[in-house]
Amino acid sequence: MMALRERALVSSRSVPSLPKHVRIQYDPVRQAFAVLSPEKVFWPNDISLDILRRCDGRSTVGHIIADLAADYDAEQEAVAADIIAFLQEWSDKLLVKL
Amino acid sequence: MSEPLLPPIGMLAELTHRCPLQCPYCSNPLELLKANRELDTQTWLDLFSQAADLGVLQVHLSGGEPTLRRDLEQLIAGLSARGVYTNLITAGVGIAEGRIEAFAEAGLDHLQLSFQGARPATTDRIGNHRGGHEKKLETARRARAAGLPLTINAPIHRHNIEEVPEFIDLALSLGAERLEIANVQYAGWALTNRDQLMPERAAVDRQAEIVAAARERLTGIMNIDFVTPDYFAIYPKPCMGGWARDAFMVAPDGTVLPCHAAQTIPSLSFERFGPRSLAEIWTDSPAFNAFRGTDWMQQPCRSCERREIDWGGCRCQAMAIAGDAAATDPACAKSPIHARMAMLIDEAQRAAAVPSNDEQFVYRRIGVVTEPA
Repeated sequence: MMALRERALVSSRSVPSLPKHVRIQYDPVRQAFAVLSPEKVFWPNDISLDILRRCDGRSTVGHIIADLAADYDAEQEAVAADIIAFLQEWSDKLLVKL
Repeated sequence: MSEPLLPPIGMLAELTHRCPLQCPYCSNPLELLKANRELDTQTWLDLFSQAADLGVLQVHLSGGEPTLRRDLEQLIAGLSARGVYTNLITAGVGIAEGRIEAFAEAGLDHLQLSFQGARPATTDRIGNHRGGHEKKLETARRARAAGLPLTINAPIHRHNIEEVPEFIDLALSLGAERLEIANVQYAGWALTNRDQLMPERAAVDRQAEIVAAARERLTGIMNIDFVTPDYFAIYPKPCMGGWARDAFMVAPDGTVLPCHAAQTIPSLSFERFGPRSLAEIWTDSPAFNAFRGTDWMQQPCRSCERREIDWGGCRCQAMAIAGDAAATDPACAKSPIHARMAMLIDEAQRAAAVPSNDEQFVYRRIGVVTEPA
């Protein structure tokens, strides 16, 4: 089991998803979306939420980049690095599966 | 009030003080409550429902040993129905066959399992429970098999600080996603046993290097949370993220507290859920308001640029060591009595050097200290 565990690196072909124990939930008290995870609560901004919502276990990172670029009316090259860095950070915290 | 009152995010529910282990650093109060003082199922469910209404998003189900509550499945289901994230904090011994699966089915989100040592002999000695280590390994396997994410919690002190590398290997081998290397906080039973538990400075320094290297090496594989030892610190911890700022806890009898050790502050009195609602206690309780925000602070906290980072540190540690709950946490280098921490470390080393003193723990037991009438 130990040998199977290694750090996952994000590429455009990765298919990210949220693990079962990480969930996005609307909080009516604070009127904001929270990400609930073991021992921690995160309050992602709109762009982070847009990325996390697309981590559906079906879309590749390449698709997510194209989709977000279209939504934000931006060049793919301009947003790709930020999206990949975001997903790598969340994967490193074990909050996103690749 | 220096900032508006925010709703609480987290709640620690100490469902019971009963526990099969007797760890000498238990964070429960010295005056442990017996089973007949515990809230019943419906009262806990009402309390959880009010907590969700108030804005609580995560509940940590703890004790004592929470699995001794036969209604734990019901309590988890109640929280789950309200979308509250549930974290079970267990010692993992004596959990009946099928129950972990039942917790998962009821909607449990995460399980935190304590190991008193990375070696069986250490675990069994510290918890004063023979065979405990083996049972914990089995609990970890069953939790993973039930699809639950796992955190291993390792409370660190003189008798297991050299096992930190083995704790890391153990957590990896059990498939844990998180490991807490949590240096014992000297409140409750740990304060009673401080001389027996305090590590040496050299061991603390080695530990910090080992943890830093492991964090680097295990990025993306396992998260390591490091709770640093207060007595060796330069700045205090923002205890509970600030007194009554975004979290609180509830004792087995429904007493609502800002933190584990708050009852050691004699000037405060605390209210119970039932006679008063959770919202009333959170908002109006004089004990909750006593150290909220920054208005209560003395110097050097009052004018410190870190006052909204540390929130003055731990009020109970200020009480225990400075004799004043409103003093700066003596763990802070800016505290006028910070040098006392180093003296207490040295005192502990001297006490430990006497062979007959070493490992003479006052084990945590109900009735060692008499309950108030």
